[in-house]
Amino acid sequence: MSNRVVNLLVPIISIILGLLVGAIVMLFSGYDPVSGYIALWNGIFGDSYAIGETIRQISPYILAGLAVAFAFRSGLFNIGVEGQLMVGWFTAVYVGAAFELPMIIHLPITLLAAALAGALWGLVPGILKATLKVHEVIVTIMMNYVALHVVNALIKTVSGGSYKTDKIQPTASLRSDFLSNLTDYSTLHYGIFVALAMVAVMWFLLEKTKTGFELKAVGFNENASQYAGMNVKKNIILSMVISGAFAGLAGAMEGLGTFGSMTTQGGFTGIGFDGIAVALLGANTPLGVIFGASLFGSLKYGANNMPNAANIPLEIVSIVVALIIFFVASGYIIRVGLQRLNKKKEAK
Amino acid sequence: MEYVIEMLNITKEFGNFRANDNITLQLAKGEIHALLGENGAGKSTLMNVLFGLYQPEEGEIRVNGKKVNISNPNVANDLGIGMVHQHFMLVENLTVTENIILGSEPKKMGVVNIKDAAKKVAEISKLYGLNVDPYAKIEDISVGMQQRVEILKTLYRGANILIFDEPTASLTPQEIQELIGIMKKLITEGKSIILITHKLQEIMDVSDRVTVIRKGQGIGTVVTSETNPEELATLMVGRQVTFKTEKGPANPKEEVLHVEDLVVTDNRGIEKVKGLNLSVRRGEIVGLAGIDGNGQTELIEAIAGLRKVKSGKITINSKDITGKKPRQITESGLGHIPQDRHKHGLVLDFSVGYNSALQEYYHEPYSKNGIMDYGIISEKAKSIIEEYDVRTQGEHELARALSGGNQQKLIIGREVSRDPDFLIAALPTRGLDVGAIEFIHKRLIEQRDNGKAVFLISFELDEVMNVSDRIAVIHDGQIVDTVIPSETTEQELGLLMAGHSTKETSMKEGVDRDVK
Repeated sequence: MSNRVVNLLVPIISIILGLLVGAIVMLFSGYDPVSGYIALWNGIFGDSYAIGETIRQISPYILAGLAVAFAFRSGLFNIGVEGQLMVGWFTAVYVGAAFELPMIIHLPITLLAAALAGALWGLVPGILKATLKVHEVIVTIMMNYVALHVVNALIKTVSGGSYKTDKIQPTASLRSDFLSNLTDYSTLHYGIFVALAMVAVMWFLLEKTKTGFELKAVGFNENASQYAGMNVKKNIILSMVISGAFAGLAGAMEGLGTFGSMTTQGGFTGIGFDGIAVALLGANTPLGVIFGASLFGSLKYGANNMPNAANIPLEIVSIVVALIIFFVASGYIIRVGLQRLNKKKEAK
Repeated sequence: MEYVIEMLNITKEFGNFRANDNITLQLAKGEIHALLGENGAGKSTLMNVLFGLYQPEEGEIRVNGKKVNISNPNVANDLGIGMVHQHFMLVENLTVTENIILGSEPKKMGVVNIKDAAKKVAEISKLYGLNVDPYAKIEDISVGMQQRVEILKTLYRGANILIFDEPTASLTPQEIQELIGIMKKLITEGKSIILITHKLQEIMDVSDRVTVIRKGQGIGTVVTSETNPEELATLMVGRQVTFKTEKGPANPKEEVLHVEDLVVTDNRGIEKVKGLNLSVRRGEIVGLAGIDGNGQTELIEAIAGLRKVKSGKITINSKDITGKKPRQITESGLGHIPQDRHKHGLVLDFSVGYNSALQEYYHEPYSKNGIMDYGIISEKAKSIIEEYDVRTQGEHELARALSGGNQQKLIIGREVSRDPDFLIAALPTRGLDVGAIEFIHKRLIEQRDNGKAVFLISFELDEVMNVSDRIAVIHDGQIVDTVIPSETTEQELGLLMAGHSTKETSMKEGVDRDVK
């Protein structure tokens, strides 16, 4: 078996294995796996509406995945995407609602504000890491809680005590009648293009620019970077800021595209945490993140159809989805298995 | 002759690359057999074949005359073959005995029987004069002692044939002498030894016969007593190697590096450089001789801007660089071959090409308006690979995949090609074979002859003696004396390094004479 065949086989086998084990779980719990998976399939690809909603779900996952991946490439573990996403969401909704401007100015400014808010939330752990060597994992986790409660308080303040902000102006909205009509009135919006553009931005930053060269060098070896005259502290801070900006934009997807407002949150959205898995599934590369986000987004959205169409409780559905993701993530095991098989064949 | 091991016409291929090409090695009972070759010649591959980690494409292995198939390391163990690895495979916070029995714990009713094991370890240790405490923790014992634990491990498991992989690489001269004693003791007790090394003097000191391999091919086997280091070097490298570095007289001109009353502390805040004065001029190589830990590292790092200066002054070309940033100092004309090539010299997970641009990536033509030009960087990498004989699959290969010698050549190529006025070469030949050492010395002298100032730091006395035009001796953070190589001896240098001043030594000699 050539390498290329193995590379192609690994994800396919992973998904099949995940589906099989998921089926066993459904069987043992007394549900019909065939109708369950048909429901899942239909939930993702069943009609143009489902496809539209699936793509809509993928957009924030791409940006959250980029945020984690970008920090990771410069040696930092940003667990704070969740919080950065929330402040990005709130800022987008606030700027989107508070000003009246032509769309060509309003939408970019709103997106930029969301990115800046996320960047600010990344700046704090960046500075603490660079100057005082406080571990970024601790600070970013704590910043998540700060974000959750600060955002909830701000929502109450700006809405005069209500649990929900005002709707954003149409000039700041990512909503698209065209995309919506195309997909049978789904909530698909222009956000997917923003996400894909950011994939290109991350690739360009890392692979083409001087800044990318420095960020990667610092990520791999701080001592050698210092020896080469790079400003290690500046690069650590910059990495967290850019990572936070991606996360802020992920929040803008929800604020300007999907919901058009923000309600007080009882807990975390989960998108930021799933972003960690998305980035790792995509091997922290921009293109890989698209793949990881597509898998996550499809399963998350498609699974919603399983309780309705196949009467499988949400708890079992969650287990099945987790199993599929688990097997994809453990592609390494399958790769080793395939190589063993190969060796045995050769020996014969 | 009776052979305990015969590896006959072994060929091992990786893809299209022949790591071992028709190599024959025969180990007689009771001999120390050296396996000599340059970095990357295929020594480790051959031993991994013997140890069952690789399967050869062609050739056969015989143990005590019987053909065997060593399909994995367990088979090698059962055949009595043991390996003392270069990088010790010990668990730091376990005891000597625990490490030795790890993986094959003797059990009494399901409980590990440490007591009996420790007793057996102590017995073996005594038999071979290893002097190891079975209950000592690995983290508490010296590197030389840890190596003995590795030796004990193979003996405990019943090895009769011991493979030593570059055993002296991390030992002090004293420990090396002790190791040689242990190896000889092992032989008198009926063991046979294969010694992998590229150090010629060790081979002359300890081995009975030598098998030489070059670029994966078996060159032949010679009897040690019938050869000499020069011949061995020629066999290994494939051409004549000069040991005495050839160079004309130095022609020193104006001062480039000037260090005045420099005080530098280490990470714990303890003063390591204590009011040091030093000067290096254009057209000369100044060697810094000294025992490790006398302030060399702190001095270099302070000059390069990697460590804070507590007080004092450093100038390059009369420009004050004290406390400046590394890049400002680099731009003032410093080239720096760092002491630790993995920590400072290279980003191991970057390609050879990226690494070749590490010092210059930020300006034209390597980048312009913030955008990198990887095309030009590739060209530069190719020219360094070509000119400095860096053996690599190409500029896209990761630096991690290169052998130590080739990593070093890459760093030297990068630093020297920038044509700096002042070049620091810190331990530039550590761990390299004679061919590479000769190459690097030539490059340093070439820089000197081009009117550059070179500062060489080395723990090897013969390197300092051979290459330098002046030798500054460092002891306890100060330059205790500066001597001319042709007017001094290794003995005198040794005394200076130990902290005796020349006055004292000559006085002592005087006293000795009087007594006589």
